[in-house]
Amino acid sequence: MSVDQNTVRHIARLARIAVRDDELEALANELNGILSWVEQLGEVDTDGVEPMTGAVEMVMKWREDKVTTGNLQKEVTANAPGGDDGFFVVPKVVE
Amino acid sequence: MTMNVIMRDREPRAEDLIKGETGDWEIILGLEVHAQVTSNAKLFSGASTEFGAEPNTQVSLVDAALPGMLPVINAYCVEQAVRTGLGLQAKINLRSVFDRKNYFYPDLPQGYQISQFKHPIVGEGEVIIDLAGGRSESVGIERLHLEQDAGKSLHDQHPAMSYVDLNRSGVALMEIVSRPDMRSSDEARAYVTKLRTILRYLGTCDGNMDEGSLRADVNVSVRRVGEPLGTRCEIKNVNSIRFIGQAIEYEARRQIELIEEGGKVVQQTRLFDPKTGETRSMRSKEEAHDYRYFPDPDLLPLEFTQEFVDHIKATLPELPDDKKARLIADYGLSPYDATVLVGESARADFFEAVAKGRDAKLASNWVTGEFFGALNREGHSIEESPVTAKQLGELIDLISDDTISGRIAKQVFESMYKTGRDPAKIVEEEGLRQVTDLSAIEAVIDEVLAANPDKVEQTKVKPALVAWFVGQVMKSTSGKANPQVVNKILAAKLGLSSDD
Repeated sequence: MSVDQNTVRHIARLARIAVRDDELEALANELNGILSWVEQLGEVDTDGVEPMTGAVEMVMKWREDKVTTGNLQKEVTANAPGGDDGFFVVPKVVE
Repeated sequence: MTMNVIMRDREPRAEDLIKGETGDWEIILGLEVHAQVTSNAKLFSGASTEFGAEPNTQVSLVDAALPGMLPVINAYCVEQAVRTGLGLQAKINLRSVFDRKNYFYPDLPQGYQISQFKHPIVGEGEVIIDLAGGRSESVGIERLHLEQDAGKSLHDQHPAMSYVDLNRSGVALMEIVSRPDMRSSDEARAYVTKLRTILRYLGTCDGNMDEGSLRADVNVSVRRVGEPLGTRCEIKNVNSIRFIGQAIEYEARRQIELIEEGGKVVQQTRLFDPKTGETRSMRSKEEAHDYRYFPDPDLLPLEFTQEFVDHIKATLPELPDDKKARLIADYGLSPYDATVLVGESARADFFEAVAKGRDAKLASNWVTGEFFGALNREGHSIEESPVTAKQLGELIDLISDDTISGRIAKQVFESMYKTGRDPAKIVEEEGLRQVTDLSAIEAVIDEVLAANPDKVEQTKVKPALVAWFVGQVMKSTSGKANPQVVNKILAAKLGLSSDD
């Protein structure tokens, strides 16, 4: 598997990372290096092994349906670049 | 979600087809309904889900996606999803997986929504929808999965800025995906109505569309009869059953016109504007819907035992279809009346309380007729009704034992609804008891006949005039005389044959 410059541009756009055109080639090379390194895992025989999302044998913890937090309006909005009347305020996002 | 194109084979019904310039068209509809899970706290945090709080006061540090915060699943939300799955006769998956659906939007602080993609908690099920004329159809359920709701953006507070409230962010939603099994806006509306009823019976979603607890994405495509499926458009976030119908009607006609004029339907997301009744293209949230789903590394797979499922199954209430069948079998109701009654469990409960030990047909007529009529007129829910089931039952007893006539009963009912008083009291205090005493009625009749000798003469050539005499007698008894008795005596006295 390898990526071309268009794929890099697309992924950068999806991730909201500004990438200049003159950076694309170098980034594509870097990403292809990483991908081919990861592809070495394909050499391991995984026949009959269940896919897993974690390496630790444990079950997920569940929480009771109780309200345990709230009224953190100041704390929650403290780091926002813009705010008004308890809301986050951002540049308009509809046409 | 992308829908698989697995659908039931159905012969198109002529009345469902839309006439175009070049022939008949069939509408194919599939719905994705987002139902807010009824719970105290959010899906992965301990913040409250209550509606209408001050902005950003019900936001935990998890919901705000502050670095280092980890989600922990709410056990009750899992239980509610399983309960809903059971209510949809669906397969429950003992192991499911949470994935991240990645996109950027200001009301999504994580930069991804935690959802379930490949392995949902609930698999295939079925909803039976009830249609006009007692017709019913089966709509396949493809899946139900748990996911987080996003926050809310307000675009009308400022000319250049959007305001974001994260109170809803992280609230548990069930996305219920149907098969494209519906063929008309009526069927789509019946589906959402039925789904809402089932959710409310189960207590897993309050179904409050005004508050956004239930919203539908409607997938619409059209095809000429017998042709393969057309390209579909998705109308996002329609929040009333009426709007769902309007949006489908508009969108289907738009697509038909487009194709007939030589154009092509482009797969896209559209918005319904209730003000104009039209749908319009929506700027896509993310180009090409490239959500890059992957298993959320913060969450282990969701696993539970069959025992957990069985325990929930044992606590399920009687569901609408079973209740309907029972009302028909036990009370001899028509399928239509039974459908009306089971639309809300409170309605069916009210009916059963009234009908117990009484004439079921009379009880159903009164409950679905006068009683629901008054509730609708006054905009009352059944819980707000000033008339109790016990009182309505007593009123029916007064009709059954001939204390009052059906006509007077309507008058008594209006008074009960206005004042909340007991029917027997109203009848007594307002002197509405039906006069069944033959001699008393006879006396009144004699009086009326004596006062109108000319009319008595005319009845000999014009027997229909007897109705006028009945009217006069009812008038002088303030409607309290039993009309059948009056008819009989009058007919005898005027020498006419009685209709009875």
